[in-house]
Amino acid sequence: MTTETLIWLIPLPPVLAFFLIVLFTNKSRALSHTLGVGAAALSWLVSMIVFFRAIGTEHLGEHPFASSINWLPTGTTWLKIGVLIDPLGAAVLFFVSITIFMIFLYSVGYQNYGQPLGDHDRAGLPPHGATVTDEHGHKHTVPSVEPMYSRFFAFLGLFAFGMYVLVISDNLLTMFVGWEIMGLCSYLLIGFWYGKESARNAAIKAFMTTRIGDVFMLLGIAFLYSVTGTLSFREIFTDTILHTLASVPTGVFGLSAAGLIAILLFIGTIGKSAQWPLHVWLPDAMEGPTPVSAMIHAATMVSAGVYAVIRMFPLLTAGYDGHGLPPEMMVVAFIGTFTAIFAATIAVAQNDIKRVLAYSTISQLGFMIAALGIGAYVAAAFHLITHAFFKALLFLGSGSVIHGMEHGVLHTGNHKVDPQDMFNMGGLRKKMPITFWTFLIGGFALSGFPLVTAGFWSKDEILADAWYHNHYLVFGTLALAAFLTAFYTMRQITLTFLGEPRTKEAEHAQETPWTMTTPLVVLSVFAIGYGWVGIPEKFPLIGGLFPNWFHDFVGHTLAEVPKAPEFSWIPLLTSIVVALGGLTAGYFAYRNVKSSKEDKLQIPVLKNKWYFDELYDFLFVKPSAWISEVLVSKWMDQGLIDGLLHIFGPTTGGIGGAIRNYFDVPVINRFFGDGSADATWWVGKNLRPIQTGRIQQYLILSLFVLIVVGGLLYFLLLA
Amino acid sequence: MIPLSWYLILAAALFSIGLFGVLVRRNAVAILLGVELMLNAVNINLVSFWRYGDVTSMSGQVFAVIVFAVAAAEVAVGLALVISVYRRRNTVVADELDLMKW
Repeated sequence: MTTETLIWLIPLPPVLAFFLIVLFTNKSRALSHTLGVGAAALSWLVSMIVFFRAIGTEHLGEHPFASSINWLPTGTTWLKIGVLIDPLGAAVLFFVSITIFMIFLYSVGYQNYGQPLGDHDRAGLPPHGATVTDEHGHKHTVPSVEPMYSRFFAFLGLFAFGMYVLVISDNLLTMFVGWEIMGLCSYLLIGFWYGKESARNAAIKAFMTTRIGDVFMLLGIAFLYSVTGTLSFREIFTDTILHTLASVPTGVFGLSAAGLIAILLFIGTIGKSAQWPLHVWLPDAMEGPTPVSAMIHAATMVSAGVYAVIRMFPLLTAGYDGHGLPPEMMVVAFIGTFTAIFAATIAVAQNDIKRVLAYSTISQLGFMIAALGIGAYVAAAFHLITHAFFKALLFLGSGSVIHGMEHGVLHTGNHKVDPQDMFNMGGLRKKMPITFWTFLIGGFALSGFPLVTAGFWSKDEILADAWYHNHYLVFGTLALAAFLTAFYTMRQITLTFLGEPRTKEAEHAQETPWTMTTPLVVLSVFAIGYGWVGIPEKFPLIGGLFPNWFHDFVGHTLAEVPKAPEFSWIPLLTSIVVALGGLTAGYFAYRNVKSSKEDKLQIPVLKNKWYFDELYDFLFVKPSAWISEVLVSKWMDQGLIDGLLHIFGPTTGGIGGAIRNYFDVPVINRFFGDGSADATWWVGKNLRPIQTGRIQQYLILSLFVLIVVGGLLYFLLLA
Repeated sequence: MIPLSWYLILAAALFSIGLFGVLVRRNAVAILLGVELMLNAVNINLVSFWRYGDVTSMSGQVFAVIVFAVAAAEVAVGLALVISVYRRRNTVVADELDLMKW
């Protein structure tokens, strides 16, 4: 099959699995997860074929795999949709397909496949555990299988479909379609345990928040279409169109059309990738099952936001000559940098193992966005991919930890212990060795542990780019954020895995089944090894041992290959110092902490996420509730509109009554109606006497009339 | 030849006698007889006008024959009614036949 045909086929297996599970196999757990995992595997396989064909193709940047068909007639022209795999698309497809496949496999174990049905589990709530009796008659509480197991795999399939559509599409419209499918799926999956009020609220929050961004993004798409008449990337990113877009002024804040469109599209990314100020939904998204968190944080949704900006990079940088950032890039750089440091400060004070990772994701996405803002295209793409691997690893690892802790909770029967609170853990290193080592690898990659891990190379490249292009403020802030990253990651590892167990539940934690540990091992390979494809050529000692394949490959997506930053010791030393310093500080600060009371960083303002939820509640939620409940409902609807209606009602009633009483009843009914009947009756009664029924009288009468008429005629006519 | 007017005067006299009978007699049979007299007067008129008019056309005689037939039918039905009424009410006086009067 041609590569183009294969590309078209990539998104199909997951969506087919979705329909098959929803329509037919939802009663059978085994069949459903076989379909789901099988579809993910198939898509992965096809993606790999496409990927290897892509890296084997010379000049893929100039001649990408592309095919398109006419879709919507627009007068004399057609709106075309199609697929496009250029170097960037291939690189993204690589990590998307692997992480999705791993998450599917992991979900089988995470949702307790093979365990008995729960004693009192019901759909919409997480499984509570089941009681089994062994051969000696002892009763044990063991994990129970997820009640809505099949539904979970169906939704995951649709989620994967959305991401694949987004990655392979060659135009903004189908990209937006995939984008929105993922928005729907995040809503469905964050609220997967809809029996919990917190999950419902989190689902609504995620949906509403990302929707704000999506509206602006749609505006941007519409604006772009109205200016250029096309939505295809390859057509938009030609020099002539970019030049036109960059030179057309819009009159909004002095931006060019390109700048305004880039900012509108970027607002969509702010929502999707949870950048400040629309970051509030992502931590709450932890209400979904952990594979969903991994899906959102690594494989699909938030990556899609960054991917969209990377895709739109030529638009963002249209008119940028390398000296002095244009306003749209300033906005992007500011949002990214600020988010990176802002989310990192919150992450250091969180106790929920998944919430730390959630804020870490926001912070890391900030790194990528900041990199794009300062024009570091390749570094952003590189960090997106390495981050996807180690963040998926970390999330799945945290899910594994939670799973192990839940096992302990079921064992002791003390359900007051929160299996996600890191201060209830400790010493899990010995109980869950595979989870520990893989989590350690993921954590070190996230921290940027020098030389070995993937995170080091990608983060270092961002810092190097910032330094090289003299964006010292960005450089300094990101370095500080990187220090905090290393610090809270080590805090997490120390609290969770090192030291002694702080609770009985942690003592009874247990390693998770192979379906969960296999993805951890696979992903940890990439969390280390993927960095080696992007080692800068001028790097001391090991630079040049491996060619900087990533830069060469992905860089060719752009018409003009971006120049790799010159090597400089300052960013390198900075990134080594912040990574090692943060890790060391984290270890020594937390190795002897027994409870959250001893944690000096539990500052209310950080703990409460800088009060952004409260601020938004005060600024937006409360006023909208007031507008809808008091202003619109009570004053306008019940007061004004109902008041008017209440005037109309009696008025028309009165008019109607008056017409009835003073016109209809006396005039129509009495006078015309009854009157005509009475008159007819009276005339009939008085004419009755002449109706004798005697034919002879009638004859006399008619004779008399005949004589009179005849006589009259005779005298009048003849005389 | 006797002038036409004599026949017409005879017919008028006969018609008047018949009409008078119909109007003043109370016996239903007598009323029927009056009707017959009026029909005869008509027949005399028809035949006279034929004889003094266009002799080649037969219309006057034909009308006269139709009137005979109608008169015969009328008497047959009328007498049957009168006899039927007499059997039920034991009278043939028209004034007393007031069953359908208001």
